[in-house]
Amino acid sequence: MSAHAVEVEGVAQVFGARTIFRDVSFEVETGEVFVILGGSGCGKSVLLSLIVGLRKPTAGRVRVLGQDMYAGDAGAHGAALRRIGVMFQSGALFGSMTLLENVMLPLEMYTALPREGREALARAKLAQVGLGDAAGLMPAEISGGMAKRAAIARAMALDPPVLFLDEPSAGLDPTTSAGLDALILELRRTQGTTFVVVTHELASILAIADRCIMLDRAAQGVIARGDPRRLREESADPTVHAFFHREALAA
Amino acid sequence: MGLTVERRGAARALVLSGRLDATGVGGLWSDVVRAAAAARRRALILDLSGVSSWDAAGAALLLAAERAHGGSVALEGASADVAEALARLRQAPRPPPAPHRDALGWLYRGLAAIPGGIAFVGEAAVAVLRLPRRARLFRVADMLRHADEAGVRGLPLAVLLGFLIGLILAFQSLVPMRRFGADIYVANLVAIGLVRELGPLLAAVILAGRTGSAFAAEIGTMKVNQEIDALVTLDLDPMTFLVLPRMAASLLVMPALTVVLELAGLAGMAVVLMSSGIPLAAISHQVTAWVAPADAIGGLAKAMVFGLVVVGIGCASGLSTGVGPRAVGQSATAAVVGGIVATILLDGLFAVIFFRLGW
Ligand SMILES: Nc1ncnc2c1ncn2[C@@H]1O[C@H](COP(=O)(O)OP(=O)(O)O)[C@@H](O)[C@H]1O
Ligand SMILES: [Mg+2]
Repeated sequence: MSAHAVEVEGVAQVFGARTIFRDVSFEVETGEVFVILGGSGCGKSVLLSLIVGLRKPTAGRVRVLGQDMYAGDAGAHGAALRRIGVMFQSGALFGSMTLLENVMLPLEMYTALPREGREALARAKLAQVGLGDAAGLMPAEISGGMAKRAAIARAMALDPPVLFLDEPSAGLDPTTSAGLDALILELRRTQGTTFVVVTHELASILAIADRCIMLDRAAQGVIARGDPRRLREESADPTVHAFFHREALAA
Repeated sequence: MGLTVERRGAARALVLSGRLDATGVGGLWSDVVRAAAAARRRALILDLSGVSSWDAAGAALLLAAERAHGGSVALEGASADVAEALARLRQAPRPPPAPHRDALGWLYRGLAAIPGGIAFVGEAAVAVLRLPRRARLFRVADMLRHADEAGVRGLPLAVLLGFLIGLILAFQSLVPMRRFGADIYVANLVAIGLVRELGPLLAAVILAGRTGSAFAAEIGTMKVNQEIDALVTLDLDPMTFLVLPRMAASLLVMPALTVVLELAGLAGMAVVLMSSGIPLAAISHQVTAWVAPADAIGGLAKAMVFGLVVVGIGCASGLSTGVGPRAVGQSATAAVVGGIVATILLDGLFAVIFFRLGW
């Protein structure tokens, strides 16, 4: 097995006559925090869904933990899925279950833990994202930011080695957002978790990202890649420059 | 706002005056566009020197005139702002041509759904075959909850519908039958009709209206909320996790709904016949002597097949829901219509098969 947690090779996505992006390639090293940036509508969520095996790309190949997500037998594919966690942009919590049941579902399906064990573990995961007191609520009863955090708790229920997060801190207050960043860094430090994170929050990017790529709608692909701190200082591309200096602009 | 059309040499001039804004342009929009289209073979001048105020709606009207004319258009008496707004509008991409709406569109869409339906049946069959290895995904508690929703809570409607249908059928057939002195055979007629045809059919209609649509809406909402995607990334096959428990529930529920509906129908029939003077013992003798167990069993078997198909169509339309809340409503409608149509087609098929089997 290769050292890369995720390998994306020449991936393209076309919807009808609309090309969202083409020839996107990158690798995510095991244990790094990799950030995908870009304006809204440039295809970040679509790219994430291609990587986690939800939609076969129009062209290109995706390997996660050495497993091609669109080839090979169902068993190996399922095994790869069980070693990743995904938080969707909307949270995608199961609406008919409480937050606790949402987090317990993967544990119920894939561990032999007795009920009390599952429940204790799920409560601990919820507490980790600051939702210890909301375990009994239904998804319809909580705010969007809480739904995202609960979805993160569900994604990490099985302690997967790779976590995909789609805009985890969008819509959160700065304190909670900083708390999530701290959680990401802690999981990476203690468990060596690899993260692929879609985010817009400049503060968050500079705090967590080892490397990033920036997608652009007009360019239909990657316009910048590398260490975000260096991109901020060195990039000559006007879009990239504008992104990293918007706070300076606002000031 | 006002419009006059003038000749200026070889060209036509549309002289606009007054307020060229959202409140003003509405009344003259089609006149302006028509006049511009009528000047197609000549040069067109849009004379705005009499315009007192304008906004984006006014600029949109100028653009519409320009496009209706199709050739060279000159602006006269326009401020630089108007020209600039117009230039900005010109850059917006033209709307794509409206999709061709065909009178037979529904037929094509129906035919186009067939491959998806066949794929669904195949996937469901595969999920059943793999069930022993994925038994964990099949949550019995879910199945019982669906059975409760679809069955127990559907019983009052089944009783009501059955009773009224039995009553009406008996009443309607009593009148002609009495002319031949055959009152008592109304019992046979209604009983056979209920047990072989109407019981299973009406139970399927109840299931389609109450449950098929509910399943489509529930699963469709899950699709829209990306909950289905979340299941897939948790390696929880939606077919095994969501669809099979619902189909199993329909197998449990349909015989019960059908039997209850039939008994209520027989009761309704008995009420009519008794009130016209036929004793209960005679009615019950007619029914038991004429309705063979095979009739009842055949009816229940049909009902179970209808239930599977109705719930399968409900779940399939839920899973194929597009984007947005309207799509959920469309899925629910498709589930009811598809379920009822499929039931009736199948019923015809069963009639042929049972006839061939001499049943
Ligand atoms: N299923 C789909 N069919 C057609 N177009 C889609 C579909 N999903 C997403 N798109 C389009 O792809 C583009 C990128 O969407 P998305 O990845 O959600 O953007 P973002 O970068 O904000 O996450 C959008 O313009 C969207 O309209
Ligand atoms: Mg997105």
